[in-house]
Amino acid sequence: MTLTIDGKEVTAREDMTVLEAARKAGIHIPTLCYHQQLKPYGACRICSVEVETKGRVRVVASCGYPVEQGLVVRTRSPRIDRIRKVLIELIAPTVMVNGNVSGEIKKIATEYGADIHRFEPQFRGKSTRCILCGQCVRYCEEVVGEHAIGFVGRGIDRRVVFFPDKARSCIICQACLNLCPTGKIPAETDFVVFDNFSLDDYVSGTL
Amino acid sequence: MVGKRLSSPQELEQLRKHILSRRHTEQTVITVCTGTACQTYGSLHVFQALTEEIKRQGLAASVVTAKPTGCHGFCEKGPVIVIFPQEICYVKVKLADVPEIVSKTLAQGEIIDRLLYLDPVTGQKIARDPEIPFYKNQMRLLLGNNRYINPRDIEDYIALGGYHALCKALFQMTPEQVLQEIKKSNLRGRGGGGFPTGIKWETTRNAPGEPKYVIVNCDEGDPGAYMDRSLMEGNPHSVLEGLIIGAYAIGSHQGFIYVRQEYPIACENTVEAIKQAEEYGLLGENILGSGFDFSVKIHCGAGAFVSGESTALMSAIEGKVGEPKMKYIHTAVSGIKGKPSCLNNVETWATVPLIINKGAEWFASIGTERSKGTKIFSLVGKVNNTGLVEVPMGMTLRRLIYDIGGGIPGGKKFKAVQTGGPSGGVIPEQYLDTPIDFDELTRLGSMMGSGGMVVMDEDTCMVDTARFFINFCCEESCGKCIPCREGLRILREILTAICEGRGRDEDIEAIEEIARVMQDASLCALGTTAANPVLTTLRYFRSEYEAHIKEKRCPARACKRLTSYYIVPEKCTACMICLRNCPTGAIHGAKNIVHWIEQEKCIKCNTCFEVCPPRFHAVTRISGEPLPPPPSPNTPVLRQKRGE
Repeated sequence: MTLTIDGKEVTAREDMTVLEAARKAGIHIPTLCYHQQLKPYGACRICSVEVETKGRVRVVASCGYPVEQGLVVRTRSPRIDRIRKVLIELIAPTVMVNGNVSGEIKKIATEYGADIHRFEPQFRGKSTRCILCGQCVRYCEEVVGEHAIGFVGRGIDRRVVFFPDKARSCIICQACLNLCPTGKIPAETDFVVFDNFSLDDYVSGTL
Repeated sequence: MVGKRLSSPQELEQLRKHILSRRHTEQTVITVCTGTACQTYGSLHVFQALTEEIKRQGLAASVVTAKPTGCHGFCEKGPVIVIFPQEICYVKVKLADVPEIVSKTLAQGEIIDRLLYLDPVTGQKIARDPEIPFYKNQMRLLLGNNRYINPRDIEDYIALGGYHALCKALFQMTPEQVLQEIKKSNLRGRGGGGFPTGIKWETTRNAPGEPKYVIVNCDEGDPGAYMDRSLMEGNPHSVLEGLIIGAYAIGSHQGFIYVRQEYPIACENTVEAIKQAEEYGLLGENILGSGFDFSVKIHCGAGAFVSGESTALMSAIEGKVGEPKMKYIHTAVSGIKGKPSCLNNVETWATVPLIINKGAEWFASIGTERSKGTKIFSLVGKVNNTGLVEVPMGMTLRRLIYDIGGGIPGGKKFKAVQTGGPSGGVIPEQYLDTPIDFDELTRLGSMMGSGGMVVMDEDTCMVDTARFFINFCCEESCGKCIPCREGLRILREILTAICEGRGRDEDIEAIEEIARVMQDASLCALGTTAANPVLTTLRYFRSEYEAHIKEKRCPARACKRLTSYYIVPEKCTACMICLRNCPTGAIHGAKNIVHWIEQEKCIKCNTCFEVCPPRFHAVTRISGEPLPPPPSPNTPVLRQKRGE
């Protein structure tokens, strides 16, 4: 089927998402939680694009939105640019290390003119260096077939933790180390702790 | 149990006649509301005492019986009891009143004046509950039966013609006809979104894939809203009947009822209702001999606001974490385990039997052009008659708040009404004549929502209100997507700072920018609507934000950090009331000596302001202006208590 992305006619397979169709056509859409081998997750919302169907314009996450015949997609617009800018400004304090951000987040911040210090005064949490993209959790579950790593907590208390009874194979696997877009896991994970880690430690605040 | 099983509509009708024949028409039935609100007032004890007292005074069961029922709606006045057939209504009944009720009213038909409802407007006592303005101005199609029914007894529901609509659907209509009837009625989903129910049903019916599921959403979580709970608790069979009819129309043989765990009575009554419906052959295989099979499982939620979102709720039913997923393919097509799943709110399902019984045209004749039927609201906040209110669509907010709600207590001025809970918005006074309608409320920046209606008076700060709802969503957000998680975190901080006098000029712009990004980019409806309370308060009460930021003043004098308490020496009569009630001993003075507040000790609990007799009005709240100095020590009172 064919659709229009940024004025360019693009052909796509029926089972593709807008993001996949765009990438295939060489159109860049930034992402933070997307991974080729994993099911669409839609958590970072950086890949938001405008789609037009039946004259109605909506913002959707391109990583999860299925292609449609005749769909009109805009990957850049004042509205989309503002979304990406504000999202980076909102997430920046969480991943700030020595007053700066790095990697993909830094690249997007520069491109969209995000002020990474904008919401620093209002940010009262700890800089965890984790944006909760869930790539590690999902890779472990969907590709490796383990559930050694997962989420606990809700809202701003949401965290990624290793589950001790499952994490013994981690020393061999270590797949999540290379996935982590902020470098938190390689920087902070001492595989020795896996044996000692327990959920109780997390709940009591010692971890 | 085999004997109870009904295998045809005729047997159901016979049973209904049999139940009615067992009941003597002259029998006095005293019903005690045992909904959650009345239970907290001790209605279960009242019920128990009534039963014992009736026995003790030797009134025969054929003459008088007592019955526990679900919520009547007038929660402000609980425990509420109604005596049939006269429909005598007693409010705020205490244990001590029980012997008198039995000896006078039940035995001799004498009305106890003291227990009647007093209409504050006319000053008249009202004996019969249909004449109480709170009830009189409602249209109680769904809630009305709560006052007759013992929710643990299916025969009470059958006696009132219950499951008649199911018979009609199964034996006189094809599934397609049932579907068309619902479509024709223009019923729209009561859970908040207002999506046309018939179209949703049709989508699931036509979607490829088997099995198909039907689900009741009873994960009501809006602050102050409890209409779904009251229906589920008080009349579970009406929801069940609607669900079975829906399943028949859609072609589903498995249903789920998702009830939040915080509603223990609703959970228990639903379990009991399912059990009884199975015993009577109204659920399970070959329902009423029609050949249609349908069974229902109950799922008690683990307690999260976000689990009411359709994809999250379905994940929870699958046994996973109740967290939303992207739904560019609707759950009506791909829901539980990827199968077509039709999710409707409690109230929506309970409306279905009414439509089947009385017809789509009857239903569509009630309401406005695009919003049909009645809607239940939980009317709470600064309003005289709090409780559950069912009104036809199209009634104005003003009639609901003043004619049914009895207006604002204490002669205060109305300021705004919050509809739609944390996803809705505030509506100010100039729009009070807006008819209640899905689209009208959306146009004002609010929404119908599931039916929470919080009334606010002049003492309510709109910035603080926005902060309250943002804080609620911040705690209830699942944390999966960035705009919702981080947006709410920062919004909460900004709003808290403004309420505490730390607001900056650029804050309003930041709030609006974050709010717009949350609306555009959040993963689920919790995030896309969470900013509505902020945006509507900004739209209608922007000056209040500016007063907080620029003048460090709270116009409603509600934000503690910006408000001080002061006793006007000229007005103080040294009555000692505030002094005695102050929890921190911050008020000084003595008999005949003017009282004054030691500001350092004051925790701004508002107690002195509330207890100061209105005729003195000596305690005042000051915000945004310098505090006058306290009177010199031992100033004698200037104003006399009597004679002025």
